[in-house]
Amino acid sequence: MSILINKDTKVITQGITGKTGMFHTSKCREYANGANCFVAGVNPKKAGEDFEGVPIYATVSEARQATDATVSVIYVPPAGAAGAIWEACEADLDLVICITEGIPVRDMLTVRNKMKQKVANGGKETLLLGPNCPGLITPDEIKIGIMPGHIHKKGRIGVVSRSGTLTYEAVAQLTELGLGQSSAVGIGGDPINGLKHIDVMKMFNDDPDTDAVIMIGEIGGPDEAEAAQWCKEHMKKPVVGFIAGVTAPPGKRMGHAGALISGGADTADAKLAIMEECGFKVTRDPSEMGKLLKSLL
Amino acid sequence: MKIHEYQAKEILRKFGVVTPKGKACFSVDEAVKAAEELGGSIWVVKAQIHAGGRGKGGGVKLAKSLHEVQALAGEILGMQLITHQTGPEGQKVRRLLIEEGADIKKEYYVAALTDRATQKVAIMASSEGGMDIEEVAEKTPEKIIKVFVDPLAGLTDEQAAELADGIGVPEASKAQAIDTFKKLYTCYMETDASLAEINPLILEGNGNIKALDAKFNFDSNALYRHPEIVEYRDLDEEDADELEASKFDLAYISLDGNIGCLVNGAGLAMATMDTIKLFGAEPANFLDVGGGATTEKVTEAFKIMLKNPKVKGILVNIFGGIMRCDTIATGVVAAAKEVQLSVPLVVRMKGTNEEIGKQILADSGLPIISADTMAEAATKIVEAVK
Repeated sequence: MSILINKDTKVITQGITGKTGMFHTSKCREYANGANCFVAGVNPKKAGEDFEGVPIYATVSEARQATDATVSVIYVPPAGAAGAIWEACEADLDLVICITEGIPVRDMLTVRNKMKQKVANGGKETLLLGPNCPGLITPDEIKIGIMPGHIHKKGRIGVVSRSGTLTYEAVAQLTELGLGQSSAVGIGGDPINGLKHIDVMKMFNDDPDTDAVIMIGEIGGPDEAEAAQWCKEHMKKPVVGFIAGVTAPPGKRMGHAGALISGGADTADAKLAIMEECGFKVTRDPSEMGKLLKSLL
Repeated sequence: MKIHEYQAKEILRKFGVVTPKGKACFSVDEAVKAAEELGGSIWVVKAQIHAGGRGKGGGVKLAKSLHEVQALAGEILGMQLITHQTGPEGQKVRRLLIEEGADIKKEYYVAALTDRATQKVAIMASSEGGMDIEEVAEKTPEKIIKVFVDPLAGLTDEQAAELADGIGVPEASKAQAIDTFKKLYTCYMETDASLAEINPLILEGNGNIKALDAKFNFDSNALYRHPEIVEYRDLDEEDADELEASKFDLAYISLDGNIGCLVNGAGLAMATMDTIKLFGAEPANFLDVGGGATTEKVTEAFKIMLKNPKVKGILVNIFGGIMRCDTIATGVVAAAKEVQLSVPLVVRMKGTNEEIGKQILADSGLPIISADTMAEAATKIVEAVK
């Protein structure tokens, strides 16, 4: 098993005809069962055409009806990306993964509140992963996103992180030590996003095929502390924690819009302390994430 | 993106928030002329730099005659204003705001910002205006009133009234305060601000509510739809190297250490800086080359890092995913040759085509030190700069 996606997941690609969408759709289709998973693309101007044999529909709703897909991935440019997320929600998909980087915060605020309002009014809940994230992968089954597939190995360790390349770093360390991954999830670096550390930790906790988790965070925001507090009470599996940004000066934006220290409690040191207090094995040396996890098994 | 106080007030006025009358000036003559035009018998001469804490640093002064306006403008224009936000070297004052005096009866604080936890807009207000809000939050957190606004509904009358009551606005001025809060919220949303702060918001002797000082930050992801705000950008206030880096789509922030680092991905870049510190040195910068690191981008990144005279060594840490290690290696070799690199260089590459990349570095004839892990790379560069 795995979390969120597996070899039978059917995926719609929104923005399949753009440069990034084409490139990564190709790569995802080459990975494991990808050729059977990526069943539709969306572009209102190119409905009826296809990309590498994947049919293109005018809307997410039409694509869903035609293919029974339940998940979408978004490569739409920033100005239209929040609209694309909402379209996937209106089509009642289970999960939408937004890779797009650089979406205005106000657009994300609006769409997130529309999503919550829809659920409050009895509508179906669509989960959102991202934006500004690498996506997620269940090794040897399916990859949805921009991560390099070959560094992964099928196994029983979960990985969740805000940062793309730092996720790859953790995955590669595990693979080198012979430890495969159940799923690796990039939740993205933006301040207003969908699934948070805590949501993914809950899923890993419930997944019978995940034995332990590496949770990677960054400076800024309350998410890691919240996840750690939840884990203290509920997590049945060992967790290794790392927070990037011990050396980051306050008030500066370190590439990710979310990675900006503004108060006291969201520094790397404060988060590491909370995680440790909540039973995580934390490390300040990112080269040690894999080894530390192995020592806990 | 940050802007000046006078620009922030221009924006607030557009949205109907009352501010003192004032004029931005670039010379002493302009300052005197502005004071004459404003009339009255008391003026405030305010240094315009992006950093806060201007008053304490001597950048805000009261003038009681045109002659004093002239003297103070001459004193403040061109000075290196040092505040807790500028760093020890200070920031040169190139612009002034000449403003009419205000009859301050009470100072409040109000700000709009996005709250990550609730995914709503937080409006924060306090009876303790005119002070550093971080200090208020630390010492007397009960004096900060917060409401969380659903962007689909906007700031309601009830919420605005809760703020006004919470900070103790007198009954006679309450309607004005509520109106101001609602206008501030609209302004925050419509300009795609990431922070809109009025501090202090004052109650005047006659009961009027006015924004005496204001500070805005804008979401850089949304600037494409606000050409009117982009025009407010003042390049003199920005770090020259960070500006240069942004032209090449590099995220660069200069720091105080002596080891330059070049990394792909923001999280990995921060982790690399942390590792350098862990092994006993300090990073000289944050530099994220992003996903498509071409030879040109890597070369520019090297040039920007090496402009910093403190840099005694460079650590390159690349996780090759979509971007292949051989591409990066070719870029690093070309860049090192072009800038005639004279400081030690440690390269750690991982991922796609790692072996080919390492071979390219080894064959380059350059004294590049190779490393397998981040820890090893940090150890080696710290050793090399000793």
